[in-house]
Amino acid sequence: MGAITFGISLVFYFCAMLFSLLDLLRSSKTVPKLMLTSAIIGFGFQTVYIFYKGFSLGHVPFVNPREATSFFAWCIFLLFFILAYRYKVGLLGSFITPMAFLLMFISFLLPSEIKPLSPMLRSEWLGVHTVFAFLANAAFAMAAGVGFMYLVQEHYVKSKHLGGLFSRLPSLHVLDEINYRLVTAGFPLFTVAIITGSIWADNAWGSYISWEPRQIWALVTWLIFGIVLHARLQRGWRGRRAAALSILGFLTIIGAFAGLALLQKGQHVFL
Amino acid sequence: MRVLVAGLNHKSADVEVREKLAFAGEKLEQGLSALLALPQVKEAMIISTCNRVEIYMGVDEPADATRQVKHFISSFHSIPEVLLDKALYFHTDSTAVRHIFRVASSLDSMVVGEPQILGQVKDSFLLALNKKTTGVLMNKLMKKAISVAKRVRTETRVAENAVSISFAAVELARKIFNDLGGKSVLLLGAGEMAELAARHLMNNGVNEIVVANRTFERGCELAQDFKGRAVPFSGFKDEMVHSDIVICSTGAPNYVVFKQDLHHIMKERKQRPVFLIDISVPRNVDPKINGLENVYLYDVDDLQGVVDSNRNERNKEAQKAEDIIGVEVEVFERWVASLQSIPTVVALRQKARCISEAELERLFNRTNLDEKQQGAVRQMASAIVNKLIHSPTAALKEDVEDRDQLIAMIRKLYDLNGD
Repeated sequence: MGAITFGISLVFYFCAMLFSLLDLLRSSKTVPKLMLTSAIIGFGFQTVYIFYKGFSLGHVPFVNPREATSFFAWCIFLLFFILAYRYKVGLLGSFITPMAFLLMFISFLLPSEIKPLSPMLRSEWLGVHTVFAFLANAAFAMAAGVGFMYLVQEHYVKSKHLGGLFSRLPSLHVLDEINYRLVTAGFPLFTVAIITGSIWADNAWGSYISWEPRQIWALVTWLIFGIVLHARLQRGWRGRRAAALSILGFLTIIGAFAGLALLQKGQHVFL
Repeated sequence: MRVLVAGLNHKSADVEVREKLAFAGEKLEQGLSALLALPQVKEAMIISTCNRVEIYMGVDEPADATRQVKHFISSFHSIPEVLLDKALYFHTDSTAVRHIFRVASSLDSMVVGEPQILGQVKDSFLLALNKKTTGVLMNKLMKKAISVAKRVRTETRVAENAVSISFAAVELARKIFNDLGGKSVLLLGAGEMAELAARHLMNNGVNEIVVANRTFERGCELAQDFKGRAVPFSGFKDEMVHSDIVICSTGAPNYVVFKQDLHHIMKERKQRPVFLIDISVPRNVDPKINGLENVYLYDVDDLQGVVDSNRNERNKEAQKAEDIIGVEVEVFERWVASLQSIPTVVALRQKARCISEAELERLFNRTNLDEKQQGAVRQMASAIVNKLIHSPTAALKEDVEDRDQLIAMIRKLYDLNGD
């Protein structure tokens, strides 16, 4: 049941990605609809998968790299649907779905074995902490995707070559606005994730922070996005700089995620 | 019946001629009824816009009809026929069909791809429908023209890009600010082009216009036109802090706005984006400014470049549109051709039925058949008739090239021309 629903959602996400890339090649009315429909079906199956896993384990399933990565993709799709509904911007899917599918695919390649959770870590904080952390990361991932769209569109306007995707990409204002909204949404979510994580750590190990690599990286990420927000509000770092910084911030997250997952060290359950 | 169009457009006639021949207001209805009064004209519809006056008709004999229509136009508008010769064009059959398809798809417009023409075609058609001046042929033709135009619009990008400098400026402003509502425009200098661009921006939602002109009085006049305000030219740098779009055309021989100025202005604006349009030659804005973040500078050549590439794009798309139209014209022609044979088919059937009825009548009068027997004979007669005329009618309905010849031959063979 688990493997089947996961497989089906992977296939539909793959279709969504193909449609989104096709959308880049030529404008059409049906392709974006097909893309959104496949993504929604894939999302539905993945949601079933997550609940199934959760119930059979008795706790949230995001405790090994495979489940964590796929949940990351799930969060990105969730935010993508919200944004697509709220802003109706063209070509958003073409920049987001490939990233989300890639995460799903990586997840698919990772071992599915889940080690029993040590009793110390069994707590409500596990769910709260991970959900907040991944929603925040998804918001940052989207901010990076939208930031990339901004850089592409800005390049068209600055270089005065208005061919290619210029007419189909949203305006610079809208892209900057969405990027800003995503960072302002992601930052408090990330803050909550850090706080709940510390409380959980205190409950489990008796100290709020143990300076293991994962925690340090989290603080670095938090600092980067704090700077992004601060610079924007206080110094007017908008547009290109904000876009570039949010991409940098997201690369930091990915770097930490990948690096630490490979090292498999530390007390962080799956890392 | 055949399609005939008589008309003139922005290519064939100057505006002085076009306005004289326009069917405006009441003249349109009068014109339609006068047209139908012509012996040759069976169906009629008039499209009259500022760039074209065209009469679409269903006629029996295009050559005669052409003469009659020309005479009608000349007398209706009281213009000597000689003057019409240069301005008027006439198209018949497939050329006429292609023409209306191109007109509705905006391929024949002054600005190719402009969207108004389709609405004007629809309105003209609706009026003709209300006045019942169209029939099978025109109705089908106009419905087809509208659907072809829609197909062209969805399948090609012929209507997508801005093809004038002012429109290009508006398009760019939209891609920078998204919504122009609440944005403010500063006019540096009061040239004609600047005025035009400002007007376009206003039509697209900009609600504040500030004019800074060297001659303050002229600035005030222009500001009044726009319901904006004028500021002294010397104070334009302070004003730029609040302006999102700056249109520069001072006529100064050298740069007026420098990179250093804008650097300070951007700091004060907290980096809110600025769109500078420099339409002065020689340029008034230092091109290095485009290197600043959140500043977008376009000069006349840049805008012209945008327009040119858009126009190229449109022409490429227009070729695709022509291909679509070519296919659709063929489809329509086939339908018209099949329409042509219908009167012959009807006449043939009628003739056969008449003969058989008459013969049956004679037989029943001479003999003493009971009802059952009469029924049997009647059945046999109709079977013979049907079988005999089956092959000629089938041949008429077939899609053949020399249909006209076939029709003539069948009419002659069965002597259908007499009555």
